[in-house]
Parts: sequence; C-alpha cells; structure tokens
Amino acid sequence: MPPADNTPAPGILYCHCTYAQIIDPAVKAGVLRRLCDSGRSFEAVADLCELSARRDPALARLARGPGVKIAACYPRAVKWLFASAGSPLDPGATEVVNLRELPEDAAAARLLADDLQTNLPPDKSSAAATSTSSPAS
Amino acid sequence: MSIRDQKPLRVVLYEGRDSTPLEGEQRFAAVSRLLQQGFAITRVGGAGRTAPADDSAALVLGRFGGEKAADFSAGTSNGQVRVRDITGLDAEQVAAEVEAARSERQAPAPGAWKPWFPVIDYDRCTNCMQCLSFCLFGVYGADDEGHIQVQNQDNCKTNCPACSRVCPEAAIMFPKYKAGPINGDVVKDSDLQREKMKIDISALLGGDIYSMLRQRSERAQSRFSKERDSDKALNERQKCLTKLAQAGDIPAEVLMSLPTPDEILRRAGEARAKAQAALAVQQR
Ligand code: SF4
Ligand code: SF4
Repeated sequence: MPPADNTPAPGILYCHCTYAQIIDPAVKAGVLRRLCDSGRSFEAVADLCELSARRDPALARLARGPGVKIAACYPRAVKWLFASAGSPLDPGATEVVNLRELPEDAAAARLLADDLQTNLPPDKSSAAATSTSSPAS
Repeated sequence: MSIRDQKPLRVVLYEGRDSTPLEGEQRFAAVSRLLQQGFAITRVGGAGRTAPADDSAALVLGRFGGEKAADFSAGTSNGQVRVRDITGLDAEQVAAEVEAARSERQAPAPGAWKPWFPVIDYDRCTNCMQCLSFCLFGVYGADDEGHIQVQNQDNCKTNCPACSRVCPEAAIMFPKYKAGPINGDVVKDSDLQREKMKIDISALLGGDIYSMLRQRSERAQSRFSKERDSDKALNERQKCLTKLAQAGDIPAEVLMSLPTPDEILRRAGEARAKAQAALAVQQR
C-alpha cells in the first residue's frame, strides 16, 4: 500500500450519495469535478451511511485527523453517522459541506478552501460514547 | 451475514511518485464511474491527507507503466494488496478491472443493500425506549448499560421512517429522508410539536390495517361473488394500502410485507420486553 501524503491541509471526504436522489446531480458532479481538478488527495465514498452501518475503520482514521472537511448532507446527520460507527468527529476540527443545501460554487469553494469553518452541532450529552459501547447480546 | 461482518474492497487511485498522474478529466471520469458502481476510492497524489492503510483488501490503481508496476507490487506487504496498471484504460475499463478484482477477492458486491436506517441524535435522545418498543423488525436494541442503540441497520425497511414519528424528542434521523428534521436538518420548535403526536402501534401496524382490509375484503367478496372479478379484489387492497401509506408516510411495500396480526402481536410483545429490560438495567 502506498504511503499517504502527510501535509497539514485538512483531509477531504466526499460522499456521492449514490443510492438516493436527495442531492442535485449537477451539484454532486460539479463538486466532484472540481475536487478531481484540484489535484488534492481525497477520500470519495459511494455512500457514507453505508460506511457508518459497517463501522468501517476508515471512518475512525478520518475522524482522528487534525482536520477534516466532509462533503455530504446535514451536519447533524453526519455527526451521528460517525458517532454511531464508533468514530466520533472532533467538533473543533470538522467542517461539513452540505450538498443538499449549498449551490455548487459555494460547496466547492468551502471544500477546497484551506481554512476550516467548523459547524458540527455542539455536544449536549456525553452519549456519543453510548453509541460506541458494545451491544448487549 | 450482517453488514458489519462484510469487508469491502478498498480502491486506491495512486498518482504519486513512480506513477504518471491522470488528467483531471480522466480522473473525474474514473472516480465518478467507480462511485456510481458503489466503490470507495482513496485518491493519493497531491496535498492533503487520506486514511492510511488498514487490513482490508485493497486494489491500487495507477499509471505505473511496465517494469515500475512490477517493482511497486513487490514492495507491498501482505497479499491483501493488488496493483493494477491502468495506463491506456478508459473509465469503463478501469471499472471492469475493479469489479473483476472485487469478485476475485469475494468482497461484498456494492449496492446489494440500500443503506436506509435510523440514526439517533443522542443530544436529543432521552432513552425512553419508545423506538425499541415500536419497531417490529429488531433494528433497535440496548447496550449493556441499557442505552438505546441501532443494532441491526440492515433489518430496517427501506424508505420507512415510521419509528422517527414515535420519538417524542425528534431524535431519530433518516439521512436519506426527503424533509427535515428527519433528514438531519435543524429541529425547530414547530417540528417538535408535530413529532410529539405519537402514533399508536396497534393503530399503525395492527388493528386498523387488518380491520380495514377485512371490511373491505368482505364488502368486495360479496360483490365479487356476483362479479367474479379477482383483479378488483387486488385493486381494493392496493387502494386501501395506498391510503394508509399516505397517511402514515409508510411505503406501501412495507405495509404489504407486514407479518400476520398474530405475528405482529408476538413481535410487539418481544420488543416491549426488551425495552422494559433495558429500562430496568438503567434503574439499577
Ligand atoms: S451521508 Fe448523507 S449524503 Fe452521504 S449517503 Fe448518507 S444521506 Fe447521502
Ligand atoms: S424514542 Fe427517541 S428519545 Fe426515545 S429512546 Fe428512541 S431515539 Fe431516544
């Protein structure tokens, strides 16, 4: 496996929401095209919900990084998709780019900007840990 | 096999040292084709961080060119990693290579399951267990400390958001749902009032449906005995289910696939017992 590039730019995770028609296809394609043109390293997934249901280890590693931008849907949904996979995101180091709400230009600009505008809903409970504990048999 | 036991193939598009980067357009074509096919792709090349290697099977794609591809392959570790030179291949051919590698590794086929399942917002959840008592399909459970959990995501009925309606705190999201707050959008006070209108499990999934169906079918039967039109009976049933589906936002396919009334009662009893046991653990 090749080594990953370790520059300090925030990691990028792009969700294509392949199995649902909830994101404007023009927004998805436009943002992905600009991401590909940027020459940046990135993770692209067909369906972040599926990774969450699988508790995919890649989520844990992305969540642990010094900063991550996630192009997907609502920040509240993304926050709890990661937490329920046992990989809570750091609210101080995560920006969610909501492809359901933002137009293509604004979404691409935020995804590729070097600064991080954190926007996860603040924690009101310690129960993120609850969702990570092992299920009762 | 549960979704959690399946190990998908990780696809790495390597465009770093010892490889020739793709043009932007080619990269876009290949990545979008693979995403449409359901794969996850790590693009390694320029600035930025990606998730490091793990123990899942990986396929590394790149324009390595002849000898270099062999060298690169020899440098990889544990047999879990395969390398394919994609020099000269278009997006379709790249997708075919990936699919062949997936099938060879017997990794799960992407897209076999539409990922539709409840996601709990624990900032809102009060652990009342109403969702657990409500769900007839064993999606919810409780952990060792009696905290509510979504445990069997792939048991959930696709496009059915019914359990989100029973949650008094609007804490249950279905990220692929069409509207807020169930889709994860911010919860407003007005939403909360609406979501507080609880749905009675027996009204939603038991008595009403079956008594309505029974009445309709009795009425229909008396007509059909004269008309001998069995298609009409089916139409009646579908009309009835469509009406219920619209009222409760439940897909007709879900209502059609409901178990018998006795089975519903049995499962509801089981779910209630689980919820009570979880609440008892908490009160200890
Ligand atoms: S995380 Fe959001 S954008 Fe991604 S697959 Fe799930 S619903 Fe779609
Ligand atoms: S019904 Fe809502 S508040 Fe009650 S346990 Fe389920 S998610 Fe939590």
